[in-house]
Amino acid sequence: MHPAPSLIAFSTLSGLGFGLLAALGLGFPAVTGWTALVFFVVAFALAGGGLMSSAAHLGHPERALKAFTQWRTSWLSREAWLACAALGGMALYAALLVLGGVRVALLGWLGALLSLATVGATSMIYAQLRTVPRWHHWSVPALFLAYAVTGGTLLAGQVTAAVGLLMLTGLGQFLAWRAADRRVAASGTDIGTATGLGARGAVRSFEPPHTGGSYLTREMVFVVARRHATKLRSIALVLAFVVPAVLLLLPFSHVLAALAVLSHLAGVLVQRWLFFAEAEHVVGLYYGRQFG
Amino acid sequence: MTELPERTDRKLGLVIDLDTCVGCHACVVACKGWNTENYGAPLADADAYGADPVGAFLNRVHSYEVQPESGPAQLVHFPKSCLHCDDAPCVTVCPTGASYKRGEDGIVLVNEADCIGCGLCAWACPYGAREMDPAEGVMKKCTLCVDRIYNENLAPEDREPACVRTCPAGARHFGDLGDPESAVSQLVESRGGMDLMPEQGTKPVNKYLPPRPKDDQIDVLAPLLEPVAEEPRGFLGWLDRALEKL
Ligand code: SF4
Ligand code: SF4
Repeated sequence: MHPAPSLIAFSTLSGLGFGLLAALGLGFPAVTGWTALVFFVVAFALAGGGLMSSAAHLGHPERALKAFTQWRTSWLSREAWLACAALGGMALYAALLVLGGVRVALLGWLGALLSLATVGATSMIYAQLRTVPRWHHWSVPALFLAYAVTGGTLLAGQVTAAVGLLMLTGLGQFLAWRAADRRVAASGTDIGTATGLGARGAVRSFEPPHTGGSYLTREMVFVVARRHATKLRSIALVLAFVVPAVLLLLPFSHVLAALAVLSHLAGVLVQRWLFFAEAEHVVGLYYGRQFG
Repeated sequence: MTELPERTDRKLGLVIDLDTCVGCHACVVACKGWNTENYGAPLADADAYGADPVGAFLNRVHSYEVQPESGPAQLVHFPKSCLHCDDAPCVTVCPTGASYKRGEDGIVLVNEADCIGCGLCAWACPYGAREMDPAEGVMKKCTLCVDRIYNENLAPEDREPACVRTCPAGARHFGDLGDPESAVSQLVESRGGMDLMPEQGTKPVNKYLPPRPKDDQIDVLAPLLEPVAEEPRGFLGWLDRALEKL
């Protein structure tokens, strides 16, 4: 799939933002007054900014309100509702906390739940697609949630918990990559089933329907240079998990913590680039692309 | 609207004969022409005369080579457009309700005034049947020429999709695949019509007729085409000998 910068920025930033909102909703850290304001501004900027950047991906952003209508079937529509509910609920919670100095715990828990549900809905937009075997699996929502919780805990400054979560999510990502490679190779869909001609012999694309590019080839038949994939995966794991964990284990300082956050952010951006760039769409089979 | 109808009264669709298609792309041109001048936003091209032309098409023709275990390879021309799936994943993912499947005839359409151009439906389609219009920013797809098939202003013989009407080889057939007595259903029955990527669970309405086996017939005639004389005679024989002596 085409790794559109707007989608990479959206899922990375909003994941971190909703992760931090969830942490704040649960009362980690238990801040009030000006400190609380700073935390909430960061969280809302990340979550809201991410949502804005996703609108850059639309052909008709001015009609975006219509996307609220189909929540019964569409994960994209559910995501829109959940995002608004989470941002609204947390805004109320934050206002009471910052201005009134009261923490309505129930509201916080509800906000945290909605924040994580938003991340879950985002991940289901991808995981529901049977056409992309690499995405059509429960590990996709599991990892999106793990990334959000880990990033949120890191931003919330919960050092001990963050170190543990960094290690767990890093391990989960490593295992998920290996499992996904095997799953794609064994997906059972190939040029033979795509054309229905597989039983008659070896099918080869002889001539594509067009000599130039098209929306389909640009959007869905994107191929990442495979020989770089292993290197990029290693870079993502080191930046997103190893470096931040090591920095947090050193004697605490605000500079090191900030560096840990930046390194994690960079690592997640690489991971999200790979998430799109590595994903094979079955329509590529019609253009002679091979899976695995 | 993006809930799929429980059942559709009819299942209008196409039957495409891979045995007959000669790969001339006439259907591609007819489709582009009709759908640029009629229903919805015109099918745009970008940089049409430049170095990197791209454009939206609703129907495209691939060509595949099939190499059996023994015998010569076969070339199969392969037209592909929306298959108007019964279980259309492109419809249920749409957040706006712009994509829908009609209960009365099963045609899958896009209401362009509602489409936000998110592109998710094109991701959900396994067949590459949806393309974003480069000028309008809305999703385009085959309408089964909904503005021809019911159009009383056209002569009766023209009330079928433009691709079907134009195909010089008669490789495309249009009709109700929900009616087992219809001509298209009979054709599918007698020729072993098939679904594309059935494992995707889309239940496509359009069917493809596989190419007929050809190689056996060649084998029957082959002995008669054996060369009669191994050694050249007459003028060629003289030339052969003369050249040999040089
Ligand atoms: S062929 Fe593609 S666009 Fe057409 S109904 Fe099926 S999934 Fe939707
Ligand atoms: S591109 Fe348009 S028709 Fe397709 S899912 Fe998005 S809003 Fe619906």
